[in-house]
Amino acid sequence: MRPVPTWLISTIAVVVAILLWDIAIRLAGDTLIPGPFAVAKALGELAISGKLVRYAIASLFRVTWGFTLAVVVGIPLGLFLGWFRRAGRTVGPTLQFLRPISPLAWIPLAILWFGVGDGSAVFLIFIASVLPLSLTALQASQNVHFVHVEAARNFGLSGFAIIRRVLFPAALPQLIVGVRISLGIAWMIVVAAEMIAVNSGLGFLIVDSRNAGDRYDLVVAGMVTIGAIGLVLDTGLRRLERVPAFAVAARTSP
Amino acid sequence: MTKLVVRNLEMTFAGPPPVRVIEPTDLEVRDGELVCILGPSGCGKSTFLQIVAGFIKPSAGTVMIDGTPVTGPDRKRIFVFQERGVFPWLTVDENIAFGLADLPRAKRTEIVARYVDLVGLKGFERADPQELSGGMKQRVEVARALAVDPDMLFLDEPFGALDSMTRLTMRSELLRIWQAAKKTILFVTHDVEESVQLADRVVVMSARPAKIRKIVEIDIPRPRDLSAPRYLELRDGILEEIGLAHAI
Repeated sequence: MRPVPTWLISTIAVVVAILLWDIAIRLAGDTLIPGPFAVAKALGELAISGKLVRYAIASLFRVTWGFTLAVVVGIPLGLFLGWFRRAGRTVGPTLQFLRPISPLAWIPLAILWFGVGDGSAVFLIFIASVLPLSLTALQASQNVHFVHVEAARNFGLSGFAIIRRVLFPAALPQLIVGVRISLGIAWMIVVAAEMIAVNSGLGFLIVDSRNAGDRYDLVVAGMVTIGAIGLVLDTGLRRLERVPAFAVAARTSP
Repeated sequence: MTKLVVRNLEMTFAGPPPVRVIEPTDLEVRDGELVCILGPSGCGKSTFLQIVAGFIKPSAGTVMIDGTPVTGPDRKRIFVFQERGVFPWLTVDENIAFGLADLPRAKRTEIVARYVDLVGLKGFERADPQELSGGMKQRVEVARALAVDPDMLFLDEPFGALDSMTRLTMRSELLRIWQAAKKTILFVTHDVEESVQLADRVVVMSARPAKIRKIVEIDIPRPRDLSAPRYLELRDGILEEIGLAHAI
C-alpha cells in the first residue's frame, strides 16, 4: 500500500474539524460562536463588498513596512554588536531589557508620537520585530566559530568585511529562523495595532464588526483570514530556508 | 637564508591561576625548510604556532620573519586549521577563492583551477564542504592557503582527525605540494612517525610548559624509505628522547 501523503492527512483533519464545528453548532445553537456556514457566508459578503481584499492589503502593507524596516535595522545592528564585543556589552543589556516588554505596551506612546494612522501601526510592528531580530543576530554572530574568524583575519579581512563575508553567512541559518519567528510576531501585532490605532485592516474589521452590531460571523471570518494569511507567510519563509544561494552576498565567485 | 627567528619567546596565560605554557625558546628556520614541532598533547606547541602566526601576543620575546617583527596575522603566512577552517557556506572553489577577492575575475578563475588541480579536487569544484570527506576538506584548506601564494604555511596537526590511510596519502600529498610550491612550512604534530617522515628537522618539545628538548636533523633523502635503518634509528632516538619505550 502506498503511504498516504501528508497534505491529504492535514486536509482531512481540517475537514473533520469543520464538520465537528458544524455538528456542535447544530446541537448547541450558535449563541456562543457562529457556525462554519455562517462564517463562509460572511467571507463571501466581505469578498463581494471588496473589504476583504482592501483590509488584507492594508494589514499586509503595514507589516511589510514595519517588518522590512526591522530587518534592515535589526540584523545589521545585531551583527555589528556581535562583532564589536564592547559595543555589544554596552547596548546588549538594554535590548534584553526592552525585549520582554509587550509591544502592545507601546500603543499609547505610538499614538502620542505618530497619531492615529499607519505610522503608529508600522512603528508597533517595527518595535515588535526589531528586538527579536537584533538579539538573534547578536547571538548568532557570537556563536560563529572563532576558527572561521581567524582564518578570515589571516586572509587580511577586518571589521565590516568580516561581518559581511563571515559573520553574516555563518549566522544566516539562524537569521532565517529568527526572521520567520519575528514575522509571526509582527503578524500578530498588526491585528492588535489595528484594533486601536487605525480605521482599516483585518484587526479593525474584527473590532468594527463587533461594535457595529455584534456581527460575530464577520469577527470569525476576520480571524480565519488572519490565520490563512499567516500560514501563507510562514510557508513562504520556510521555502526561503531551503534556498542555498541566499548567502549570495557573501560569496566570492571563483 | 633565514626565514624565521624566534628569540626568548615566553608565554604565560594570565590566570587566575596563571598558566605557564612556553619556557623561553629560541628557534631559527631556513627559507623553504619543512620543520615539524613535535610534542605531547597540550604541551603548548599549538600556542607556539599561533604566536609565530601572529594570532596571539607572546608574554615576552620576539618573532621575526624576513627580519621584520610579527605583529599580527598576515596573508603572506597562512595558518591551516585542520579541516575545521573550511567555510561551510561556500563551495569548494569559492573557499579556494576566498583570499583572492581583490583580483580580477579571470585571474581568480585561473588560480582556483590551478590549485584545485594541485590538491586533486578536480570534479568537486562546485561541491559543498558537507559533501566532502575529512581528507578532501583538508585539501580544500591547503588549496585556499596556497592560492594567495604565501611564503609560509603553518599547519596545526592538520591530519590529526583523519583515518590512518588517508593520513598517509595526505603526507605524501603535502610533500609533493611543498616540493612544487617551495614554501617554508611549520608543522605541529604529536606523531613521531609523522615528524620523521616529513621534516627536514624535528623540534622535540617537552610536556607543558613547553621547551625545546632537542632538534633532530632528518638526513634521509626523499622519497624516504620507511624501513631503512636510518629512519628507524632517528625515530627510535626521538622516542627515547621523549621517554617512550619502543616496544608494546
